[in-house]
Amino acid sequence: MTTTAGAGPPPSLRSRRGAPRRELARWGLGVLGIIVLASLWELYKLLGPSDGLVLADARVLPRTSDLAMPHIWDMLARLSEPVTRADGSRPLWLEVAIAATATLGIAAAGWVVGLVVGVGLALVMQRWRLAEWGLLPWIVLSQTIPLIAFAPVVRSWGARVEIGSFEWQDWMSVALIASYLAFFPVAVGTLKGLQSPDVIHVELMRTYAVGWWKTLLRLRLPAAVPYLLPALRLAAANAVIGAIVAEVSTGLQGGIGRILIQYAGQASGDPSKAWGPIFGAIVLGLAAAGSIAVLGSVLRNYRRVEVDA
Amino acid sequence: MTNTGDDGAGSSERPRPASPGTATAVTVTGVDKVFETRSGQVSALKRIDLIVAAGEFVSLIGPSGCGKSTLMRLIADLDQPTSGSISVFGKSARQARLDQDYGIAFQQSGLLPWRTVAANIELPLSLHGVAASERKSRVGELIELVGLRDFADRYPDQLSGGMQQRVAIARSLAEKPNLLLMDEPFGALDEMTRERMQSELVRICAETKAAVVFVTHSIPEAVFLSDRVVVMSPRPGRVQQIVSMQLAADRTDGLREEHAFFDMVTAVREALHQGSPVSSVRGVENR
Repeated sequence: MTTTAGAGPPPSLRSRRGAPRRELARWGLGVLGIIVLASLWELYKLLGPSDGLVLADARVLPRTSDLAMPHIWDMLARLSEPVTRADGSRPLWLEVAIAATATLGIAAAGWVVGLVVGVGLALVMQRWRLAEWGLLPWIVLSQTIPLIAFAPVVRSWGARVEIGSFEWQDWMSVALIASYLAFFPVAVGTLKGLQSPDVIHVELMRTYAVGWWKTLLRLRLPAAVPYLLPALRLAAANAVIGAIVAEVSTGLQGGIGRILIQYAGQASGDPSKAWGPIFGAIVLGLAAAGSIAVLGSVLRNYRRVEVDA
Repeated sequence: MTNTGDDGAGSSERPRPASPGTATAVTVTGVDKVFETRSGQVSALKRIDLIVAAGEFVSLIGPSGCGKSTLMRLIADLDQPTSGSISVFGKSARQARLDQDYGIAFQQSGLLPWRTVAANIELPLSLHGVAASERKSRVGELIELVGLRDFADRYPDQLSGGMQQRVAIARSLAEKPNLLLMDEPFGALDEMTRERMQSELVRICAETKAAVVFVTHSIPEAVFLSDRVVVMSPRPGRVQQIVSMQLAADRTDGLREEHAFFDMVTAVREALHQGSPVSSVRGVENR
């Protein structure tokens, strides 16, 4: 370093030494949370009254029988057993995994559509202030429509769509409903991100005499990344929920929503089995949100906070 | 935030350098600026006349609210005068902006946090479609000029305030402008860094031969850097007096200790006080 380079204190290089330990602590806390939850379940099952607590004809605490509350270890053991007694029946975990993968694919399609639509709406709203005033209330309002009411309508509309050799598939209805939940956080988050650059940056681009498009590419989109990532994570979780709910209400076969309902119906005979798809749905949501973390680490340079002079 | 969709015109063609033979860099003639506010009209600038010669270093000084930053913004075409005219190298301010005739630096460095030092300096060049090889060599020169060779791959959050401001100055010089507009670029720095940056700016200006319009609060800073100091007074902003610095052409740190320097500081201070020896003026730092 030359002497002329020594203005001010030496640059503080961010220490990353504490990072692995913090990472470990975060995982530890997550595992601890699961253990606490499982212990509470088993503790209540052990100590709670077997017929639950009934106050004035209303059951305020659930029954603790094996039928109502199977042991955690029974639920886990059930995963490795075959789905049905029939010969060649797949183990439950595999059946759940196959269904979860199918649902993940549909949710991913919905997420992509939601991303495109959400970012598109945000761009239009950023470009024209009038569009923001006109569109934003409707976008917020769109999320108040109950999904269950909405899903069969989409399906019946979809059944009538036939353009040339293209035929509307049932899974597309589910993906569309998933995208309906996914686009909202993306639209709102991206708009906020696109509007986040400081006045000084916007004016700097003006002194460079560049138009809206180049300002978008070089300033607004990179600046939007820290806002976009949490929005995408939310969108991923929403897409999974949307896909599962839509599978249930449109009756689509092959996904986790379907077996969730199917196995719940068999719970009186096989209470542990119903928990398989529930665990599957949880893993599915975590996988969807976790994949955004990968995206975030790819884009980490865009997440640097600005430190002013 | 306005979207300047009409500005695309200037980006497609390479900026034309203003001919160095032009005698004046900036001509401000009878400029008024009135801001419309909720509580009525506020007159920010009144009857401003100013000529900055090519290669000349002119500081604008005055208490807060005297419109010195507004005047600089008008020259930069970031705002338009209510009446009067501004020409930059014989062109309208707007045309000069589209032609990239000036470089600009603000009190905040305004670096893009996701770009490295080198990429930040490169920004105006890449926006205007300069070839990659040319960009690389120009960025190399500029990093050398501001003494940040070892920091080319660092990110702004890894730099001190003084270093960030140097990157911003290097960026403002990227397209070899004949005019530099600087709005309190050292305002947020500590005193020692500030003096060192001033010396470096003197050296950089000597190398680039650019005219400079420099907005500042600090009397010694204005005296040390300038050929002329424009003293402004507030409400409405007017040019009170223009003080020519009778100092040696080569400004070194030793100058800060000389009698001539203190005489000029006194001259500017008295101009700020309208000739009467008042002990202090609000909004002006006497450091």
